[in-house]
Amino acid sequence: MSTIAHERFEAVIGLEVHAQLLTKSKAFAPVAAQYGEAPNTQVSPLCLGHPGTLPVINENLVRYIIKMGLATDCSVAPKSIFARKNYFYPDLPKGYQISQFDTPICFDGFIDIELDEYDKRIGITRIHMEEDAGKSIHDQDPYNTLVDLNRAGTPLIEIVSEPDLRTPQEAYAYLTKIKQIVQYLEICDGNMEEGSLRCDANVSVRPRGREKFGTRTELKNMNSFRNVEKAIEFEIYRQIELIEEGGEVVQQTRLWDTTKNQTRVMRSKEEAHDYRYFPEPDLPPVIVTEELLADIKEELPELADVRQKRFMEEYAMSENDAVTLTESRYLADYFEEVVSFTKSPKSASNMVLSEVLRVLNEQSIDIGEFSVTPERLAELVKLKEEDKINSSAMQDIFNAMLGNKKSPEELAKEMNLIQVSDSGFLEPIVDEIIANNPDEVQRYKEGKKQLMGFFVGQAMKASRGKANPKLVTEMVSKKLQN
Amino acid sequence: MSVSEKDVHYIANLARLQVTDEEAKSYAKDMSSILDYMELLNEVDTSNVEPLEHVIDLDSRFRKDEAKEPVSHEDALKNAPDADSDYFRVPKVIE
Repeated sequence: MSTIAHERFEAVIGLEVHAQLLTKSKAFAPVAAQYGEAPNTQVSPLCLGHPGTLPVINENLVRYIIKMGLATDCSVAPKSIFARKNYFYPDLPKGYQISQFDTPICFDGFIDIELDEYDKRIGITRIHMEEDAGKSIHDQDPYNTLVDLNRAGTPLIEIVSEPDLRTPQEAYAYLTKIKQIVQYLEICDGNMEEGSLRCDANVSVRPRGREKFGTRTELKNMNSFRNVEKAIEFEIYRQIELIEEGGEVVQQTRLWDTTKNQTRVMRSKEEAHDYRYFPEPDLPPVIVTEELLADIKEELPELADVRQKRFMEEYAMSENDAVTLTESRYLADYFEEVVSFTKSPKSASNMVLSEVLRVLNEQSIDIGEFSVTPERLAELVKLKEEDKINSSAMQDIFNAMLGNKKSPEELAKEMNLIQVSDSGFLEPIVDEIIANNPDEVQRYKEGKKQLMGFFVGQAMKASRGKANPKLVTEMVSKKLQN
Repeated sequence: MSVSEKDVHYIANLARLQVTDEEAKSYAKDMSSILDYMELLNEVDTSNVEPLEHVIDLDSRFRKDEAKEPVSHEDALKNAPDADSDYFRVPKVIE
């Protein structure tokens, strides 16, 4: 990044995020909102835009969006209405999208984001309900566009931020936070690569100190968190360069080109829209009663920030560890389940933070796909807590557990790693080590107590990792007492 | 004239309707006179009147989030002007 340009200009960024809701059925029709099914098999006459059909709103569309609103400190409108957004496209059979226009159900909220050097509060302008369109496929048939309407009518929420973001990094942090919140609320899976979370960005630049916004461009087609960050960064510098060369930014929609790593202007033909919004006559206003609101508040789960603080207090965890463990709700759930079986949060968090996360990274999988259940991991932790195995054995057994369903105890026995705490077995080993290492014994006796590690190491080696190090330590120190 | 011929062509294009210049001229006249007549309503003071969003005084009834049987794949494609065995087929939308 050229810091010189940054000294003179600052960027103003606002994000529009679409989140696909995890409802069982579509927004206004009682058919499954499922993916990966054969084309045009998850459709009803309503999704097909047939005459004579009427939309009926899905209760969970309303409940889920209110959850999102409450989690981001929004006000919830006691009354809001739907509007028709009119445009023609083959994957929109009705000729309009049911959305909200003047009266979003949630508005005026905020999200707190954390960056390396500072924290910042980002305003949420509005969150509204709408339905998704179908899918157009342009590259399968040389002469035609093919249309799959399975996705048509799937419930979406659109989260619009205030133009409070100033850097690509802030935009990235904001998106990460949205993903975390929707996952904690279990209203969206938050997967940007698969399109269940989508993001458009409005970007403009202005000389530092000037209050008036510059002309903005809208960026689309960014299908990962990193691409959003990269596209915004590219666009900021494109605009600054343009202005410094005496040019002017033109208001337009630009597409991010992943292969060229640059934004390019969307052809005006794709852009010429005049949506002619008007109130949706087929749907009465959505009324949110005090009872409904109270009921949804009751259902709200503990969110990441609160959970992180609780982990630090309840499990005496460092802030870093607590942040890592609560980053994903599912990882935090996994950890707490392990704890519930072991009552030993310290070992449980160590195992999850070092071993489990390592495997997830190596295999590029989510905790949901991880093969070791919390209960099995807890058994392993218990073996260690009960001094039946030592730490290096714990690691070996953990690795062995990844590939099969055997219990940790079985594996420990098979691998001959059950710790020996029998002094009858250990005494001759310790005696031999003392006899074979007179120098070390001498120096130990003279006060070089760090040599204990050496004796324990020797004992571990001689017992092939089975000796209980605690017991060995006790024996050695007793035997070498002056 | 509150509606120009240019406006008529613009609106027709949004609705994907073909309108000749001749027709545009006559529609511009008709639409202007309709809008001019509607101007009468502006004489009423509505500053204390809530906007009417819906003609029937009803609240939304919510539907339980349950999936029922979809229409069959064959039925879904049956009325399409063009389809292959999986998809609706339309003229190519992008070049």
